Amino acid sequence: MSPSLLIILLLIITAAAYQLGRSQSISLAKKGEGVKSLHSRPVYYGLLTALWCGLPALFIFLIWQICEPLIMTKMVLVHLPDEMQMLPESRLNLVLNDIRNLVSGNIVSGEIKPEIEEAANHYRTLQATGNAALTVVILSFALIGAFIARQRITPVLRARNHVEKVFNFFLIACASFAIFTTIGIVLSVLFEAIRFFRIIPMTEFLFGLDWSPQMSIRTDQVGSSGAFGAIPVFAGTAMISGVAMLVAVPLGLMSAIYLSEYANKGFRTIAKPLLEILAGIPTVVYGFFAALTVAPFIRDMGVTFGLDVSSESALAAGLVMGIMIIPFVSSLSDDVINAVPQAMRDGAFALGATKSETIKQIVIPAALPGIVGGVLLAVSRAIGETMIVVMAAGLAANLTANPLQAVTTVTVQIVTLLVGDQEFNSPKTLAAFALGLVLFIVTLILNIIALYVVRKYREQYE
Amino acid sequence: MNNPNDIKQSQGAEVQSPKAIDIVNRGLAKRYGSEQRFKIYGLIAVFISLAFLVLLFFTIFSNGYSAFFQTFVKLEVFFDPAFINKDDPANSNFPGLIKKTLRNEFPDVKNRKEKKELYSLVSSGAAFQLQTLIQQQTDLVGRKITIQVPVDDDVDMLIKGNIDRNVPESNRRINDRQLTWIDKWIRDGKITKHFNTAFFTSGDSREPELAGILGALVGSILTLTLTLLLSFPVGVAAAVYLEEFAPKNRWIDIVEVNINNLAAVPSIVFGLLGLAVFINFFHMPRSAPLVGGLVLTLMTLPVIIIASRASLQSVPPSIREAALGVGASKMQTVLHHVLPLALPGMLTGTIIGIARALGETAPLLMIGMVAFIVDIPSSFTDPATALPVQIFLWADSPERGFVERTSAAIIVLLVLLVVINALAVILRNRFERRW
Repeated sequence: MSPSLLIILLLIITAAAYQLGRSQSISLAKKGEGVKSLHSRPVYYGLLTALWCGLPALFIFLIWQICEPLIMTKMVLVHLPDEMQMLPESRLNLVLNDIRNLVSGNIVSGEIKPEIEEAANHYRTLQATGNAALTVVILSFALIGAFIARQRITPVLRARNHVEKVFNFFLIACASFAIFTTIGIVLSVLFEAIRFFRIIPMTEFLFGLDWSPQMSIRTDQVGSSGAFGAIPVFAGTAMISGVAMLVAVPLGLMSAIYLSEYANKGFRTIAKPLLEILAGIPTVVYGFFAALTVAPFIRDMGVTFGLDVSSESALAAGLVMGIMIIPFVSSLSDDVINAVPQAMRDGAFALGATKSETIKQIVIPAALPGIVGGVLLAVSRAIGETMIVVMAAGLAANLTANPLQAVTTVTVQIVTLLVGDQEFNSPKTLAAFALGLVLFIVTLILNIIALYVVRKYREQYE
Repeated sequence: MNNPNDIKQSQGAEVQSPKAIDIVNRGLAKRYGSEQRFKIYGLIAVFISLAFLVLLFFTIFSNGYSAFFQTFVKLEVFFDPAFINKDDPANSNFPGLIKKTLRNEFPDVKNRKEKKELYSLVSSGAAFQLQTLIQQQTDLVGRKITIQVPVDDDVDMLIKGNIDRNVPESNRRINDRQLTWIDKWIRDGKITKHFNTAFFTSGDSREPELAGILGALVGSILTLTLTLLLSFPVGVAAAVYLEEFAPKNRWIDIVEVNINNLAAVPSIVFGLLGLAVFINFFHMPRSAPLVGGLVLTLMTLPVIIIASRASLQSVPPSIREAALGVGASKMQTVLHHVLPLALPGMLTGTIIGIARALGETAPLLMIGMVAFIVDIPSSFTDPATALPVQIFLWADSPERGFVERTSAAIIVLLVLLVVINALAVILRNRFERRW
C-alpha cells in the first residue's frame, strides 16, 4: 500500500476510534444522570481513544519513512558482488544511484549491467515487502491502540486531563522548534566551518589579504592554489553596508522625525504606508533596479565628471540597499520617538524652545538609545542582505577604499561558491560555510545588542 | 574705525537694562529660520524616499508593460505532405516546413548566409506550434492556411522600438537585409501584436519570446503551500504555549530571545541550514519545493510567532477570567475562548509572513532552486524554481528580450504581493476587535 494511501486509511480509522470512544463513554454513563456522571465530557473520551489509535501508528510511520532508505541501501549493498562492494565510496554512490533510478524507472546512465539489474529487482522486492510489513504493523497498532483505549474507558477515567497533557506536550514541542532551528543553524554551519579550518588555518582566513577561492581540479593547473584570506571580503561588506547606512540613516531618521512631529494627520496617513511599501518590495527587485538603472546611471555620471567608475560599483549597490533600509530605520525611529513622553516636549516648549530645538535637544537625546538600537538592526540587515549585492556588486575581491570600484561581499561569495554543482569536500565550498559562520556570529551579536538596547530603552519610559 | 567709546557706551547700556526679552528677540529670526530649515529637511527626506519608490515603479513598469504583448507574423503555410509524417506527427520535419515557407515569402533569397539570416527572423517555437496544430487536426496536411507565429526576440525588440535602426549595422542585432524583409512584412500588414498568453502558460526557455512564468509560479505556489501548512499550526501553537502556558523562568526567556534573534538572522543563513541539513544530511532532493518549503517555514516561523503573541496579548484578561470562573480548564479557556478571538490577528501575521516568503530568493539559491527548468513542476519533489528566483535568472540573461520579461515577471510578483497584503488588510479591518 502506498504511504499516502496508508495515511488516509489511518486517518479514517482514527476518526472511527473517536466515534467509538465517544459512544462508549455515553453508553457507560449512569442511566438517568446522563453524561454528567462521567468525569469528562464524551468528546474527551473520543479524543483519547483517537490519540491512542493514531499517535503510536503515526510515530512508527515517521520512523520508517526516515529509516527506510538507509536500511534498504544496506540490504541491497550486502547482496552486491564483492568487487562492487570494494569500490570507493564515490563510485559506490554512483552504482546506488543507478539502482535507484532503475527502481523508479528513470533514465539510467550507460548500459545496465546484469548485477545492477538484479540489485534493482532485489530492491524492488525489498520495497514491496517493507511496504506490506509497514501496512500490517501500522494498521494493527492502530486497531490495538483503539481497542486498549476503549477497554480503559470508565466513568472515572480522567480523559480530559490525559488529552490536555498530550496537547500541552504538542505545544511545548512547537515552542521548542525555534531552539532546534538555532541549534541546527549553529551546528550545520559550525561543523562545515571546522572542516574548513582544518584545511585552511583560521588565522589565514581571518587576517589574510588575498581572496581567490578558485581551486583547480587537477594539481598541475595554473592558479591551482586557492587563497582564502577574507579581509577584502569583509572590507567590501563593510563598505557597501556603510554606503547603505549613509543613505538610510539620515533619510530614515529625518522622515521619521517629520512624520511623527511635523506632518499633519492627512499627510502622515498617506506617506507612512507608502514608505512601508519600500520595505515590502522583494530584494530581488531592488537588485534588478540597481543593476538595470542605478549602476549605469552612476557610471555615466562618473564619465561626465571624468571619473573611472566600475559598472558594479560599491556605490550603486550601497545606494539601492540604503533605499531598501530607509523604511526599516524610519519605522523603528518612529516607534522610539513616539515613546518619548509628551511631558518632556511640553517642558521644553514651556521654556520657550522652538519645535526643532525641542526635537534636537530633548527628543533625540532621549530617544537616542532606541535609535541606536534600530540603526544596529539596520546594519545587521545590510550585512546579511544578499540579492542586491549578488546582482549589483562585483565578484572579484578588491581591497580598496574607493566606493566607485567593484568590491565583493560575504553574501555574494557564499552564493557564488555554493550555487551550481559542488563537490562537498573541497575547501572552496567549505569556505562558504566559514563565511556563513562569520556572518551569523556578527549579525547575532548586532541583533542581541540592538534588541537589548531597545528593550532597556522601552522599560525606561514605561 | 569704530570709536572705542561707542562700544563702551553700548556695553554700558546693556549693563543698565539687561532685558532678557531683547536677547531672545534678537535671536528669534535666526531660530525661526533654523526651525523652518529643519522642517524642510524632514519634508525633503520624505520626498526623496518617496521619489525612489516612484522611480523604482516607473523603471519596472516602463520596462515591463511591453512584455505583455508579443509580436507575431502571419505566414501562409502549405502543409506539404513531403515534410509531414502522418503516422507520427512528432517525427516530422516542421523546422524544414517553416524554412520552406519563409523561402516562399522571399523567393529572391538564394545564398546560404542570407537564408540563415532569414530563418532567424522567426522564433524556433514556430515549428512546435505547427506540430501541435497538426497533432490536433491531422486533416490539415496538404492544405494551405495562414497562421500567426511568434517572431524572434530580436525582431520583437525592433518592433517595440528597443533596437535603434539608426545605429551602425555592425552594432545592431538586426542587419540591413533583415530590416528590409521586416519592413516588407510591416508594409504587407503581416506583423501583428497580441496579448502574450505564452508568458502565462509556459515554463522557462532560453528564447525570450517563448519563456513564460507558469513553471516558476507553480513552483512558488507549491513551496508556499507547504510553508503555510507547516508554519501556521506550529507558529500558533508555539505562540499559545509561550503566551498562555509557559512558566516564567530562564529557559523560557532563552526561547523568547532566541525567537527574536531568529527573526533577524539573514535569510541566506537559513539557506545554508537547508543545504547542510536537509540536502546533505537527510538527502532530500535538490531544487525541490519540498526543501524550499521547509527552509521558508523555518524562516517564517519567528515572524508568525511574534505576530501571534501580539495578537494573544491583545485579548483582554477578563475573557480568560470569565472562562476560568465558570469552570473551564486552562486548556479549554485558551482553545474555546482566547484562540478564536486572537485568530484574525494571527492570520494577518501569517499572511504577512507568507508575503515575505514569496519574495525571498537567497535561501532558495542555496538549495538549488536556481536550475534551468522548462517543465512545470507537478509535485513537491519535482525540480522547480520560484518566481523571485526566475526573476534573478532572467535578470542575468544577456538578451534584450529578457529585460522586459524580467520586469514583467516583477510586475506579476508585485501584483501578487499587493493582493496578499490587501487580503491581510481586509482581514484585519473585518475581524479586528478593539477592546
